Amino acid sequence: MKALVLLSSLGVIALLAEIFSFKKLMYPLVLLGLITTFILNLSDWDTNITYYNMMRYDNYAVAFTSVILVIAFLWFLMSESFFKASENLTDHFALILFALTGTVIMVSYTNMTMLFLGIEILSISMYILAGSNKSDLASNESAFKYLIMGAFATGFLLFGIALIYGATGSFDLTEIKVFIASHQGNVPPIFYAGVLMMLVGLSFKVSAAPFHFWTPDVYQGAPTVITAFMATIVKTAAFAAFLRLFSTTFANVSDTYVNIIWIMTAMTLMIGNISAVLQTSTKRMLAYSSVAHAGYMLLALLAGNSYSNSAVLFYTTAYSIGSIGTFCILNIVTHSKGNPARTTDGIQSGGDTVDSFNGLGKTNPLLAFVMTIALLSLAGIPPTAGFFAKYYIFTAAFQSGYAGLVLIAIVASLIGVYYYFRIIIAMYFKESSDEVVVVQNNHQLLLILVAVAIIALGIFPDFIIRLL
Amino acid sequence: MSAIEVVPLNWYLMLSTILFTIGVLGVLFRRNAIIIFMSIELMLNAVNLLLVAFSSYLSDSKGQVFVFFIMAVAAAEVAVGLAILMMVYRNTKSSDINVLNKLKW
Repeated sequence: MKALVLLSSLGVIALLAEIFSFKKLMYPLVLLGLITTFILNLSDWDTNITYYNMMRYDNYAVAFTSVILVIAFLWFLMSESFFKASENLTDHFALILFALTGTVIMVSYTNMTMLFLGIEILSISMYILAGSNKSDLASNESAFKYLIMGAFATGFLLFGIALIYGATGSFDLTEIKVFIASHQGNVPPIFYAGVLMMLVGLSFKVSAAPFHFWTPDVYQGAPTVITAFMATIVKTAAFAAFLRLFSTTFANVSDTYVNIIWIMTAMTLMIGNISAVLQTSTKRMLAYSSVAHAGYMLLALLAGNSYSNSAVLFYTTAYSIGSIGTFCILNIVTHSKGNPARTTDGIQSGGDTVDSFNGLGKTNPLLAFVMTIALLSLAGIPPTAGFFAKYYIFTAAFQSGYAGLVLIAIVASLIGVYYYFRIIIAMYFKESSDEVVVVQNNHQLLLILVAVAIIALGIFPDFIIRLL
Repeated sequence: MSAIEVVPLNWYLMLSTILFTIGVLGVLFRRNAIIIFMSIELMLNAVNLLLVAFSSYLSDSKGQVFVFFIMAVAAAEVAVGLAILMMVYRNTKSSDINVLNKLKW
């Protein structure tokens, strides 16, 4: 709850900065604010307070909020140039902070109203940010598609909520759970329809196949820093919300949806990884890889046992840290190649192909080293964090008896190794005459933090796994 | 018996489902951005109708409070949506979504 109050006040302060002209102070202020929020947020551990039956700040919420705050801190280190370049600097700060407020609501709701509001607070901020490069048609297209698909998904989510309300007479998660338990066998059929509609809506939000088709377009068109935000923080929050609903409230009606999630998981894993292999643009490849990673997390959701929560927490942490690292390096590399080649219709062509990483191992050993670690982690190679993330997910799924799906997931992650290693090979074994890329100080700090975090989580995974 | 309850609940359910389906089909098949926004509004308003009907039949005010939230959020969403559409229009001079086909491989 402290996180919610602090983040939203910080957002309001960001808006005031425009009026009282202390714009230059905003960046350090936000970094300081995030650190303060993180520390105060930890003091909510084990308190388990319920606020007006709308939000419960239990350990699940504290853990996911902390992860989101850490990633947000890393993200701000990455994106200083994004804020400096824009004339609407304070608006962008405010939108990002309000989006973070939305994520805090999404990880702590106990009422459908709060789920809806959290998703919308996050999404509406993201629609604007995706289109923040106003003169770039790709950015416009990305914002437009994101908005249409987001609103479409919200429609399904709301129809589901309405049907569940009609069947149970309540929006409260606990009351709905009690209703299901006390009406075993004669729950009205519209309740099941509602559950399935909510499943569709949330699958759109976490970009699980077959509802993933907007993801690559939106991720590719949006400015790279915003893509990094969508691929990490938005995905973490959406999964936390998804899991919070389906692992508790709907756990007793799991017969309705397990088969559907089974098929969705298999499709997400295969479509995500195979499409990623076929991409020439690195950014689009990372977008498909983020679809594929949603598949692994769905596997834990499907397992629905006592390991699921901690497995998803660990997976989102490992995946987000790795992604922030890769997107940061992608941003540095594409920007250093001068103005990326633009065709007449204003769309980036080249500039972010795998070739732009050629010879990075010689010219910029630090960038290449961190990129290698981040990609190894995303591919799930020991001893990085990504390996244990996949290990815990597979264990959870295996214990719930989904051996076949685990097999599909292992095959999928082998395909994943191929496209991640393509970049590593380009960095170390291909020649390039490019000059040394200049790396800003805060990017260097970010990259070192990312590398240390990935290795540390790979060596001491218990640190996070024991939390939930 | 309130005015809403003159019509049986199932009819409301059917009407909402039909309106929602029309909205979904509109989003999927219409090519004009403004009409797509209208279809999304139709989807959300079908939900509002359903919530009000349920709320009345359950004699419970929570559903109607939720409708206010949906209205507020839908207004915000359309405000952002029209701003994005203006931005697209300035760059392309068209509100047909077929011009938005630059992102693919």
